[in-house]
Amino acid sequence: MPAAGAGRNRRLTIILVIVVLGFFGFGFALVPLYNSFCKLTGLNGKTGGPVKASAVAGMKVDGAREIKVGFTSAVMPGLNWKFKPLHPDMVVHPGAITTTGYVVSNPSDHAETGQAIMSIVPGRAARYFKKLECFCFHQETIKAGEFRKMKLVFFISPKVPKDVRSIIVSYSFFPVKKRS
Amino acid sequence: MALLSGLGLAALVAPDAAQARYPWEFPTPVTPVAKETLWVHNIFLTFISIVFVVVLSIMLYSLFFHRKSRGAKAASFTAPRTKLQFALSTIPFLILAFVDYVVMGIPAYHAVLAMANTRAGSQMVVKVTGMQWKWQYEYPGLHIKYLSTITTPQAQIHDQAPKNKHFLRQVNHPLVLPVNEKIRVILASKDVIHSWWVPAFGVKEDSIPGFLRETWVKIDKPGVYRGQCAELCGVGHAFMPVVVDAVSDDQFKQWVAKEQAREQAAKAQQAAATAVTYTEAQLVTMGQKVFTANCAACHQASGMGIPGTFPPIAAGHAFSAAPNMIAQLRKRGFITPGGKIVEGPVASHINIVLQGIAGTPMPPFGASLSNLDIASVITFERNSFGNHTGDIVQPAQVQAARAANQKP
Amino acid sequence: MNAAHAHEAHHDELPRGITRWLFTTNHKDIGRLYIGFSVIMFLVGGILAMLIRTELLRPTLLFPPEIYNQIITVHGLVMVFAAVMPATTGLANYLIPMMIGAPDMALPRLNNWGFWLLPPAAVLLVMPFFLMLFGIGNGAIDTGWTMYAPLSVQGGIGVDFAIFAIYLMGASSLLSSINIIVTIFNMRAPGMTMMKLPIFVWSWLITAFLLIAVFPPLVAGATMLFADRHFGTHFFNAAGGGDPVLWEHLFWFFGHPEVYILLLPTTGILPHILSTFSRKPIYGYKAQVYSFWAIGALSVVVWAHHMFTSGMPVAAQLYFMYATMAISIPVAVLFYCWFATIWQGSMTFETPMLFALGYIVLFGVGGLTGLVLSDAVADQQYHNSYFLVAHFHYALFGGPVMGIIAATYYYLPKITGRMYSETLGKWHFWQTLVGFNLTFIPQFFLGIAGMPRRIPDYALQFAHLNMLSSIGAYILGSAQLLLVYNLIQVMRGVGKKATTQVWEGAQGLEFTLSSPPPYHSFETQPVIQ
Repeated sequence: MPAAGAGRNRRLTIILVIVVLGFFGFGFALVPLYNSFCKLTGLNGKTGGPVKASAVAGMKVDGAREIKVGFTSAVMPGLNWKFKPLHPDMVVHPGAITTTGYVVSNPSDHAETGQAIMSIVPGRAARYFKKLECFCFHQETIKAGEFRKMKLVFFISPKVPKDVRSIIVSYSFFPVKKRS
Repeated sequence: MALLSGLGLAALVAPDAAQARYPWEFPTPVTPVAKETLWVHNIFLTFISIVFVVVLSIMLYSLFFHRKSRGAKAASFTAPRTKLQFALSTIPFLILAFVDYVVMGIPAYHAVLAMANTRAGSQMVVKVTGMQWKWQYEYPGLHIKYLSTITTPQAQIHDQAPKNKHFLRQVNHPLVLPVNEKIRVILASKDVIHSWWVPAFGVKEDSIPGFLRETWVKIDKPGVYRGQCAELCGVGHAFMPVVVDAVSDDQFKQWVAKEQAREQAAKAQQAAATAVTYTEAQLVTMGQKVFTANCAACHQASGMGIPGTFPPIAAGHAFSAAPNMIAQLRKRGFITPGGKIVEGPVASHINIVLQGIAGTPMPPFGASLSNLDIASVITFERNSFGNHTGDIVQPAQVQAARAANQKP
Repeated sequence: MNAAHAHEAHHDELPRGITRWLFTTNHKDIGRLYIGFSVIMFLVGGILAMLIRTELLRPTLLFPPEIYNQIITVHGLVMVFAAVMPATTGLANYLIPMMIGAPDMALPRLNNWGFWLLPPAAVLLVMPFFLMLFGIGNGAIDTGWTMYAPLSVQGGIGVDFAIFAIYLMGASSLLSSINIIVTIFNMRAPGMTMMKLPIFVWSWLITAFLLIAVFPPLVAGATMLFADRHFGTHFFNAAGGGDPVLWEHLFWFFGHPEVYILLLPTTGILPHILSTFSRKPIYGYKAQVYSFWAIGALSVVVWAHHMFTSGMPVAAQLYFMYATMAISIPVAVLFYCWFATIWQGSMTFETPMLFALGYIVLFGVGGLTGLVLSDAVADQQYHNSYFLVAHFHYALFGGPVMGIIAATYYYLPKITGRMYSETLGKWHFWQTLVGFNLTFIPQFFLGIAGMPRRIPDYALQFAHLNMLSSIGAYILGSAQLLLVYNLIQVMRGVGKKATTQVWEGAQGLEFTLSSPPPYHSFETQPVIQ
């Protein structure tokens, strides 16, 4: 009787330990799950990577609709840069490919590297904001005293919901720490 | 106990001038969202008070009548015995569900939609950026951007001076907004999560580093509204108030014009001030003010800093800090081999204040302080807290340092 | 197994001194260790609470803000992980084998490890305070017990210490949970079917399942936080494609069920106490068991109601709001059953009964205010204000702590064989009730008026109510010394000898054993009819 009981105990214990490990793994699985949830719902205003030019061939411009796009910028602590949109405000038609950009300068005495992170409000519009070219696709290194114009080519997908009339785009430059 | 109840009553009858209402009520709501919230709050509080009183009465009835000392004999039922009893026992839960999902649920549904709708009818955008431990307000269309920092003197915080009426809720530069206009507020952060909260607006929204958040306000009464950061953001969390000055449309236009003119004037003044040579006494007096407003939160009013976190200003003191901070200070000549703070070279001192020290909590002040501010605060630091270097830094030197940094 | 045989052999000659406690595999010894540890940590957390209220007594700074932040953070972590959780685990260890007619827990050695992981965890939490005095590091964790990134990425060594404390406490809780589940499934006396289990055992079964589901993700999150701090990963940093809000999700996926992990065992003990002192069987056994299941299931799908101000899509706000409201129904069922249990009883009001009734009233306030907080729009006003602080103290002190105190008085004569001082117990209750309400009622109003939590200094309009609250806290804090005194007296052997049944109306297998019970509860398993 005790031996049989011990065997049952061991079996159940092993099952429970496996369940614990499973939930530990689930904790890590939440990272990609959360990211896809964000992409789907536009939570945090995250947008995707570059769109290929071929993908937009034949896209129609919806001349009847106008969407106001505001651009803002931020430089996070650790970078000494000045960073501003070229055009703080513009009005675009859904489907129209638009070129704009940001200007950045580094008044400090040393080169610094940063990564721009984009965010959009309202979040619902994020998945319709498509970029063909963006300085945010890679890190930027700005030399001491350098002044640079950075290009952003984007369009707003014509599928964007009707009630989206105004969106705001933010780019924040984060310092990239070089591992020494 | 008499003393206790005396204190309690005093607290409950003294109306508070700061919020113009009693200190236990919602501040007078001045936006649609806040009015909605107050309405919902009142309905709920009424409902839960009724539930609480009814249920407590039933319990007290039972406690009184079903006592052994009154000779009560215990019944033995363990569940509803008849179908009727069973049906009756579900009634409280049906009522609760009705209140949850109908009385509360339907207004809440509309309120959530209304609050999320930041776009319909909004003309103006204000960008609020939280940073340790101040707010930055930006009017993107109007080219106005400034920092809003607490102005309550350290002496009041440390009980060395009487506290004024708006203790901890006053700033050098409030956010100015026009009334009766729907304003879209977008939120960003430069370091950790902050939360922008003005109780009279019923609005609280987190500012998150890297990602935008948005909300909206439409203020229907001019006035000064006060709130503060509502998400723990470090040492200065209690000291980053939000002050909003709501004004009429005309006054707002005047303020914008003045602000834009001031920006121009500041540039001119900066140039003029840079040309002037000040005495040590002048610089130290001005510098002390700058120090209190910008530096004392970390380095402390005593200049002694906080061991382990913020280095002291006063020379000759050993201190502990993150290895990175020590390395950076040593590189800049501010630390002896023995690990004590010394007054490093003037040029390096100016650059630290202008540019901060990357990778440490020391922020750059080049954008927020003028040449005169920086010159005076450095002069003050080098001639106070037991430091007697006799060094005087003039605004022109700061301007020269700025120019040198601009060069390739 | 060998261990079990070894124990039987040494039945009458227990090892003496420290080795008995270090190596014990006996469920009652381990139960007592947990409860003793919990009392000590409850006092540590209580002292920190007194420091908090002293800082807030007047609008001025007594401690530097960074010290204040450490005090509030360690207060929260100690109370949740080192005071309340060990107390309920201790009760489970002591009571479950007796209640189900088993000789001991199923995995006695695991049980020993589970306990001895806790004291080092508590030391890790508190030690950085003392290291700071010797100039090492900048003190304990100071991010609030929620440890929101990036503040926790920025923080000092205190955060690392806390992360390791979480590892140890997590391992401890998971070991106990596994043990409890195996014991309940495999060690029941013949005839003790699942639907005959005492209700406390049921409540712990659900609690153990919850722990197994939600503690591992927190440990995973803590690992990511540690990697972000030291290995340059970017889980919670936007710069590398991460997201600070992800931490909030990971934390609250654990943090909300945690509330029910603290609460459920005491909702399980309550019916036993109410039934004993009203001399009437428990009402609605099945309804309560099903409610436990419902509460457990709902608790893991409502976490983001802690994040209404963090920005979330409309659909998510509506979902989390309505799902949160749903919890009120099973909780209301529990309340209904408690009332029906005492209704038409023959009540007496010994100390455990007083605390049980106090539980119903105070936790009732916590629950009702929770309903108000579920409204996503109104929550914008309440969130992170003192309204929230008052709410969760009503829910967590009014619930778990009152329940644990009630259970302590209820089982003390059974555990020690001595009756405690009823007079002191009653004083303890009334002083706790007055002190608690005086502390936290003003905080509801402070929150409504606009005072945020976690600030060491506040605007002048909050001064009167804060002073009132601090005075209440001193009354509440000093009341707990009566409990400690009462416990010490009983342990010294002062007081009447307790009978086997202890209380006139007590039911259940544990009350068929002598007081104190024999070292091994049931050498021959009883048969349940």
